[in-house]
Amino acid sequence: MENQSLRLKLRVWRQASAQAKGNFETYELAAVPVHASFLEMMDLLNEQLIREGKEPVAFDHDCREGICGMCSMYINGRAHGPQRGTTTCQLHMRHFHDGETITVEPFRAAAFPILKDLAVNRSAFDRIQQAGGFVTVNTGNAPDGNAVPISKIDADEAFMSAACIGCGACVAACKNASAMLFVSAKVSQYALLPQGQPEHRDRVLSMVEAMDLEGFGHCTNTGACEAECPKGISVENISRLNRSYLIAQLSGGGTSTGTNTE
Amino acid sequence: MKLDSKIPSGPLAERWKHYRSTVPLVSPANKRKLEVIVVGTGLAGASAAASLAELGYKVKTFCFQDSPRRAHSIAAQGGINAAKNYQNDGDSVYRLFYETIKGGDYRAREANVHRLAEVSASIIDQCVAQGVPFARDYGGMLDNRSFGGTQVSRTFYARGQTGQQLLLGAYSALNRQISKNQVQSFTRHEMVELVMVDGKARGIIAKNLVTGELERHSAHAVVLASGGYGNVFYLSTNAMGSNVTAAWKAHRHGALFGNPCFTQIHPTCLPQAGEYQSKLTLMSESLRNDGRVWVPSHAEDAQAIREGRLKASDLGEDRRDYYLERKYPAFGNLVPRDVASRAAKEVCDAGHGVAPTGLAVFLDFEDAIRRLGRSTISARYGNLFEMYEKITGDNPYETPMKIYPAVHYTMGGLWVDYELMTTIPGLYAIGEANFSDHGANRLGASALMQGLADGYFVLPYTMGAYLSNEIRHAAPSIDHPSFAQAELRALELQNKLLAIQGKRSAESFHRALGKIMWEYCGMARSAEGLRHALGLLESLHQEFWSDLLVPGALNSYNPELDKAHRVADFIELGRLMVWDALTREESCGGHFRVEHQTPEGEAMRHDENFAFVSAWEYHGPNADPVMHSEALNFEEVHLTQRSYK
Ligand SMILES: Cc1cc2nc3c(=O)[nH]c(=O)nc-3n(C[C@H](O)[C@H](O)[C@H](O)COP(=O)(O)OP(=O)(O)OC[C@H]3O[C@@H](n4cnc5c(N)ncnc54)[C@H](O)[C@@H]3O)c2cc1C
Ligand code: SF4
Ligand code: FES
Repeated sequence: MENQSLRLKLRVWRQASAQAKGNFETYELAAVPVHASFLEMMDLLNEQLIREGKEPVAFDHDCREGICGMCSMYINGRAHGPQRGTTTCQLHMRHFHDGETITVEPFRAAAFPILKDLAVNRSAFDRIQQAGGFVTVNTGNAPDGNAVPISKIDADEAFMSAACIGCGACVAACKNASAMLFVSAKVSQYALLPQGQPEHRDRVLSMVEAMDLEGFGHCTNTGACEAECPKGISVENISRLNRSYLIAQLSGGGTSTGTNTE
Repeated sequence: MKLDSKIPSGPLAERWKHYRSTVPLVSPANKRKLEVIVVGTGLAGASAAASLAELGYKVKTFCFQDSPRRAHSIAAQGGINAAKNYQNDGDSVYRLFYETIKGGDYRAREANVHRLAEVSASIIDQCVAQGVPFARDYGGMLDNRSFGGTQVSRTFYARGQTGQQLLLGAYSALNRQISKNQVQSFTRHEMVELVMVDGKARGIIAKNLVTGELERHSAHAVVLASGGYGNVFYLSTNAMGSNVTAAWKAHRHGALFGNPCFTQIHPTCLPQAGEYQSKLTLMSESLRNDGRVWVPSHAEDAQAIREGRLKASDLGEDRRDYYLERKYPAFGNLVPRDVASRAAKEVCDAGHGVAPTGLAVFLDFEDAIRRLGRSTISARYGNLFEMYEKITGDNPYETPMKIYPAVHYTMGGLWVDYELMTTIPGLYAIGEANFSDHGANRLGASALMQGLADGYFVLPYTMGAYLSNEIRHAAPSIDHPSFAQAELRALELQNKLLAIQGKRSAESFHRALGKIMWEYCGMARSAEGLRHALGLLESLHQEFWSDLLVPGALNSYNPELDKAHRVADFIELGRLMVWDALTREESCGGHFRVEHQTPEGEAMRHDENFAFVSAWEYHGPNADPVMHSEALNFEEVHLTQRSYK
């Protein structure tokens, strides 16, 4: 396996701009090292295109460590490709075989308009967070970090929800392009911590409202999001959000009395 | 030029308190009229922008990623230090201060570092209040671990995602201000020029990376929180987009650059596997708490391992050299980063390396798994082990990891005074972008601390000193001729890059630059090598400007053009780093000059001549830079040769 390389055919979505019509282009790569990452394979393609005087493929990426959430390719019909729990940048070519044809598309959703080729606009996620994904506390206002003990179980569970990297694979994987997994993960993180309680109900209502405004689809519990989420965010979060939403609506919103819905 | 570091007088422990209670204030009514630009939304930028907006200033933030949340800070794994002494193991503000100064090999300012240690505890409180899910113990209290070369447990963490959780905390505070229209956030925007009016920083030219258009933004003050420049080495643990461009534009306008050659090489990274490689991945330093570092004692065994004839497990204890434990019995595997990195290079150079390239050592968990059980090890490092397996295809529970040092952090950066202002009035630098607190070597878990200290607790105060004098001026109009000139300069540069139409991609120049820097300005540096590097860099500079090929057009989404622009600045920076390394005729921290070592091969400082910060002035891409120096006066700490034996 050490020094093996693959011959690959790539079908890549090319689209000059948001307004332009897109189409697949086919490229061939003669020698892709099996230990290269998927994005390094795309680098090789781009070097080749530049040498041929063509325009390289635009795609988003930054950390290449599976944590910034920037990379976003839809590979052979799956968000972030075939390996479970793995972002595009962490996917390695050893999971593909010699002679394979690989289809690469952007994350598709009405709320994620394509900017160019494989890069999409996910600002809708930022706007949802701006609607309520925070605790109201100014710098300098905080009590001692140990003033409020938090059970290890709650802290760990909040962490699991907070592990979402905001990549949008859940949306791309969902036939309704729903953002419920993403939104519920953030709501859950705060719902599980005492710091999140005072604003809990308002947060649930305003984040869900913002999500709807952005044009994401409705959740029909297919579970496709969880299956493709690179960080293992559980659909449990969605159930938690649904319960909280119902309670918040029934109580007419407003500031919660500090009861955890859990 | 006389450098005024504006260090307050009085007893060290009282200075910050006193400064804070005497710094001029800006009234709430006036804050509303003052505008601040913050370039960068990592820990430093996001925390500063949110805190300034909470105070009432009008803030604009810029980042080149598609969301403020994706700044490079997100990737920090290990943790953040704070002198809380929750573990009752003898930690204190003074101890954190002292260890940071010592760890930095006595090349940082006492007053800054003391302030950093003082505010460290408030950072944790702030983050907890924001809902950052730090690790906790069974009683519900915050958990700590000891981290990279410290003997107290003062590091707070959130599994292997401390950076992400802290950044999401700062991002949430920023979002709250965005929702109140106190902050305007510009994503996929890159600062490409600084605008100066009457000798003061008054705005920036930002490029909209989607449309390619240049935009003018004015303000009363500009804050650079644009991160470090480790990517000058091409291969580093930094995110692909991390760059020096914002800081370099400031430098070209007269902001002095402090200690550019002080680079941190992190000992526990994945070794390079091939030419195609685009970055190196850090394996958290916390691994050294339980992992043991070794190479085969005999070069022949190492060769057999490289060629696949032997496996690590074939070698008994008597054929292994746990070289860190052997050389540094007091600290063992936990010696500071620079020491561990150099030791790895040394054994590999001597032919004991274990990867096919010869450049790797083992990090072995066999003992720890035997002692603590697989489940404990998996609870501690499970995600790191998984990541390792994803990248390499090897399972670290069964076979030792292979690691090698890689460029990780840059202690150098824009020179700033005690108030975090650069030598350009109204221009501040915070976080990794400045040079200030880590001297010649940064301790683990201290960058997150410094970024958040600067952003939450220092800058919001110190900016008052400047802004209280600016209330009389409106932010300049973007129609001011200085904006037009700056925009024209930016446009001309873009056109020039596009017009070369040579044969080589920006990437290939970047790789070539990285090779030069790593070879001659990396873990070991010599006068001869550095002089040679200057020649190589000059040729590279010429080639770049005559043979670069940037495809695509000007006003469009053109990442190749943006990359070329960054590489152009990196090449100039590389030259400055070499100059700095050449003139600093001593070894200290991450800067190891082979001519200056003790008989045992340890770094040898020359305090009589080099207890200073070098602050460089720009005179053009081909002219020699001019060095100014800020003497470091140690009043509290007694300088000793570091010893980890
Ligand atoms: C893999 C890894 C692990 C680490 N682990 C730890 C750890 O455990 N503990 C610790 O203390 N430290 C750690 N560090 C170091 C630490 O993460 C960084 O030093 C720190 O996060 C830097 O923060 P910052 O806010 O200064 O800059 P960054 O987070 O790098 O942010 C820079 C910002 O500037 C923006 N920007 C840059 N240039 C421009 C431009 N021209 N125009 C517009 N915007 C621009 C970017 O978009 C970004 O928003 C680690 C570093 C790495 C690489
Ligand atoms: S929930 Fe998972 S898939 Fe969705 S944005 Fe978060 S990390 Fe990505
Ligand atoms: S590039 Fe950061 S998660 Fe893939």
